[in-house]
Amino acid sequence: MIPGEFEYYAPTSVQEAVSLLQQHGEDAKVLAGGHSLIPLLKLRLASPPVLVDIGRIQELKGIRRQNGAVTIGALATHADIEFSEDLRGVFPLMHDTATVIGDPMVRNLGTFGGALAHADPAGDWPAVALALNATMRLTGPNGERTVAADDFFVDLLTSAVEPGEVLTAVEIPVPQGKYGTSYQKFSHPASGYAVVGVAALVQMGADGACQDCRVAITGAGPKATRATATEDALKGQQLTEELIAQAAEQAGNGMDFLGDIFASESYRAHLVKVFTKRALLGAMQAAQ
Amino acid sequence: MATHPITLTVNGSQRQGQVEPRRLLVHYLRDELGLTGTHIGCETSQCGACTVILNGQAVKSCTVFAVQADGGQVMTIEGLAQDGQLHPIQEGFWEEHGLQCGFCTPGMILSTYDLLLKNPDPSEQEIRHALHGNLCRCTGYQHIVKSVQYAANKMKGAPAVAD
Amino acid sequence: MVYMRQVGARVKRKEDPRLITGSSNYVDDFNPRGVGHLGILRSVYAHAKINGIDTSAAKAHPGVIAVFTGADVPELDRPMPHGEGETAGGQKGMVGIVTAPLATDRVRHVGQAIAAVVAEDRYIARDALDLIVVDYEPLDAVIDIEEAVKDGAPQLYDEVPNNTAYTWTRKRGEVDAAFAEAEVTVTQRMNNQRLAAISLETRGVLAQPDPLSGGLTVYTSTQNPHSVRAEIARTLGLSEIEIRVVAPEVGGGFGAKISSYPEEMIVAALARKLNRPVKWIETRSEHLLATHHGRGQINEISLAAKRDGTITGLRMRCLADLGAYPRDASVPPLTGMLMSGVYGYQNVDIEIRGVYTNTMATGAYRGAGRPEAAYYVERIMDVLAAELGIDPVEVRRKNFIPPDAFPYKTPTGPTYDSGDYNKPLDKALAAADYQGQRAEQRQLRAQGRYRGIGVVTFTEICGFGPFDSASVRVEPSGKVTVATGISPHGQGQETTFAQMVADELGVSMDDVIVVHGDTARTPAGKGTMGSRGLVVGGSALFKTLGQIKEKATKIAAHLLEASPEDIEFREGKFGVKGAPDRTKTLVDIAAAAYSGSLPDEIGTGLEATDFFAPPGTTFPFGADVVTVEVNPETGEVALLRYVAIDDCGRVISPLLVDGQVHGGLTQGIAQALFEEVVYDEQGQLVTGTLMDYAVPKPEYVPMFENDRTETPSPHNPLGAKGIGELATIGSTPAVVNAVVDALAPFGIRHLDMPLRPQRIWQAIQDAQAKAPAAAD
Repeated sequence: MIPGEFEYYAPTSVQEAVSLLQQHGEDAKVLAGGHSLIPLLKLRLASPPVLVDIGRIQELKGIRRQNGAVTIGALATHADIEFSEDLRGVFPLMHDTATVIGDPMVRNLGTFGGALAHADPAGDWPAVALALNATMRLTGPNGERTVAADDFFVDLLTSAVEPGEVLTAVEIPVPQGKYGTSYQKFSHPASGYAVVGVAALVQMGADGACQDCRVAITGAGPKATRATATEDALKGQQLTEELIAQAAEQAGNGMDFLGDIFASESYRAHLVKVFTKRALLGAMQAAQ
Repeated sequence: MATHPITLTVNGSQRQGQVEPRRLLVHYLRDELGLTGTHIGCETSQCGACTVILNGQAVKSCTVFAVQADGGQVMTIEGLAQDGQLHPIQEGFWEEHGLQCGFCTPGMILSTYDLLLKNPDPSEQEIRHALHGNLCRCTGYQHIVKSVQYAANKMKGAPAVAD
Repeated sequence: MVYMRQVGARVKRKEDPRLITGSSNYVDDFNPRGVGHLGILRSVYAHAKINGIDTSAAKAHPGVIAVFTGADVPELDRPMPHGEGETAGGQKGMVGIVTAPLATDRVRHVGQAIAAVVAEDRYIARDALDLIVVDYEPLDAVIDIEEAVKDGAPQLYDEVPNNTAYTWTRKRGEVDAAFAEAEVTVTQRMNNQRLAAISLETRGVLAQPDPLSGGLTVYTSTQNPHSVRAEIARTLGLSEIEIRVVAPEVGGGFGAKISSYPEEMIVAALARKLNRPVKWIETRSEHLLATHHGRGQINEISLAAKRDGTITGLRMRCLADLGAYPRDASVPPLTGMLMSGVYGYQNVDIEIRGVYTNTMATGAYRGAGRPEAAYYVERIMDVLAAELGIDPVEVRRKNFIPPDAFPYKTPTGPTYDSGDYNKPLDKALAAADYQGQRAEQRQLRAQGRYRGIGVVTFTEICGFGPFDSASVRVEPSGKVTVATGISPHGQGQETTFAQMVADELGVSMDDVIVVHGDTARTPAGKGTMGSRGLVVGGSALFKTLGQIKEKATKIAAHLLEASPEDIEFREGKFGVKGAPDRTKTLVDIAAAAYSGSLPDEIGTGLEATDFFAPPGTTFPFGADVVTVEVNPETGEVALLRYVAIDDCGRVISPLLVDGQVHGGLTQGIAQALFEEVVYDEQGQLVTGTLMDYAVPKPEYVPMFENDRTETPSPHNPLGAKGIGELATIGSTPAVVNAVVDALAPFGIRHLDMPLRPQRIWQAIQDAQAKAPAAAD
């Protein structure tokens, strides 16, 4: 119920945050909305000696659409995304995903960047970031760098954010032509986290065939993962329900699965197929 | 451990304090300011008994450090009724028997406040979805849903019809 | 003004204004000057010897006032008395195991209290707990009840072989012959998983020295302040008059706050030792670890029957998990006593063994023994119906105790007060359009959809004594103060009792205050539990109001210069029969009562205290029809409709009864579908937070369609039967029956709870592996 002691800093610029992080090294943790970190601190499952609260850095806020991409500031809350008309126009799945994260109070404070950097295996945004081919912008002692979503989720609770670095924004390219997206989630009845969540993007060519598609799975394994075999089975094909069902059977191939009292490894493996099918059907319908 | 000065506007009055950074907003409100209408029901951000309005939106005050709220505006359940006049949401909970033990009620009411700001005319399903982060062990939620419907009707100016 | 009766009317609650404005106080809302915050160090092992406890670092921590182990406080190293449960006391033949509030040499479950820190601030108390070092010597633990009774299993107590605390048996009739001669028999193993109460307010205790008595005032989140007072007094070696126990606002109890806990003793003893206020507030994790759990049984049950569905015999062999020490060992026998359900079978053979395991103790949880019985009976009825190919409704009707058989002596023990089981069943079937739903189910099955309909008919036992009390004081103004011995915490008796007073004495509900939960302000009482609030407490109030009316009648007669026999109470006034203008209100009567000028034979004042000791228990009953649909691809269950018809006897406050029903249904549904306390093999709690333990959220339940029938109980003047637990009791088997009915095309006859999607999906996989064509 009560966190251990820590030193607290509230920088107002990214540069200041980075130098604080550099100064405190391994001792420091970044605090954004706090909705991943504070419960861990209260249960004393984590006790970092230093917290660097980036919540007051204005440049990390906001959602902007420009040059065929959407840039979402790391501090954009789930609610900012849920209620962004701009975003809803191009990526209905961002809105749909936001509405199934936690609850309204969690969404009012929890941040998009925080959720991605935390790399919770049961978080929703990692799957969406992978499916939408997002690019993460990081600032560290050596300046800025970008990391593709495909390289960002490293392992259980581990992202590509290095000590001393801050995730500042996420860029998502808006696909050309006809496309559809969908996020399908099997929620844990207590925590609300994804037991399995699947995000899908389907792009249609002029011939009506699937030009490209990206499918990403969260919840099922230690980190969010693309379902590349499924994607390959669909690319260049005229999509039908049967074809999608067949392709979805390959989802999760080669993955490590998590298991717990609510859902075993084999059940999660099964759910991955079911929810991949549902997400692809949803994306296909949205694209038409 | 060093303490930090904070200034909050709580239910319309400015309150200044000196807090350890780890002090949770809920403990600051309850133990330092004596606003005990905000409750604590879990430690993992599931139950919503600690819900307050921070800068215009509902948050779980057990998952916010008081220092994070520095400079902000807070409304607790104690600040909802104006001049002794119950807010329509409070009225709804009373009219429709939306509470039994009352422990979850302040949080339920303030989550409803957030909902009706964003969606003045919610459907039954939208109400249930919006209250996903507020657990009630007594009512089975049915009368809570009716309470919210009552309040929504009243706030729209329509007659609030009890069933 | 038009006179309106309040009893039976839809009235708003008197409790609510303070609760919807956040202006009332639960235990943690009190912060007396100088309060010390107490934290408890708990065992991290399920079973271990304690070789030493080093508190020196914690004592040296800045802000720590004191650190105590059981060795430091003799009162806390003495065995605590048995808890007072719904029926009180331990079981015959049970070895008298008792536990000290602070363990000194051995711990028997994860979460058992070992040491207490008192600090200036709750943050410091929490920090200091991490500085206490306990030298544990781990012992083998046993968690599973079926393992615990085996020879060679780890033993919790040397004097309790096979960890078997007691064996409760009941054998009536010719059971062996019934089974030998049966045209059909069915047997099913069933579970009743452990549940946690999860009152939204956890437990909490604040004790402070009381200069008035030289003892203590103790604020505690309890359902039963008088019993806590007795136990604290006994633990501290004080008398009851030196301890005042207050249950302020209590944020739910559900049975888990019935009997007193080690923490109440610890806080009280340390407040006395330190001579300052001490407060402990349970965290949610502690609630899951150290507030008693409910249910926790495994049962094998068999029926013998004729082909027409007539049941000729029932046999069951049940293991009941008591946890590491007995808190309310009388709960499992209640299961045995309720195994007649609403049915007339006469040959029964029931055995229940109470078993110790290295887990938190079990005790009462909404229904306490009766939900388990209703579950077993209503589930095995469906298994029998499936075996015989008879509609589940018809199997039930065939075996109902007929309405002319009451009072009905069951072979399992209790005598049922009154009942008419077809009444709610007929009403439920009509409301649900049962036949229409069956037709729709057949159509959907043909389309490969798995709709299920669950039907249950059930009863339970309520209104336990031994007594309860009420004091009524008509103040000089004519306003009325009621003090009751029950201790409501959400049930709303401030409202229902005010309704009764309004009707009986002719005052406005606004002019009535109902005081409860304070041993200094109320007469002796037995608290709120077992759906007894209105049945026993309300009846005590009714009796007391009778005394007040009797005296008021005399005063009215004196004022109206009539004889008391000529005074009648009509439309809220005391008046002379046949003389509509000659009346006195309670205000007139109260003024006279305190004038000092009444004749001696009437006497000054207008107040009374009375007690009600019920002559027998009550048996509310009901029928539910539930509709679900199972998604065979994932095993997810959609709860589509819920029709509940309850008969709780006479109703005072219909709105509040609806509230009890909705909440009760949701808790029963939760057992069927969501909730389970899980320990791993080492006795570590897996469901240690609300991130793992799934309490229903608003979206998990539908709008309930509930209604009533009214069959009064002859066992109290109100005719009330009790409604606090009834809906919980019916809804668990109703939902499981519906899900199993949905899965009938797969040949599935039973599944254990909770019906998590994975369990259903796996059962479908297994069924299809056995008979691939079964579902087609």
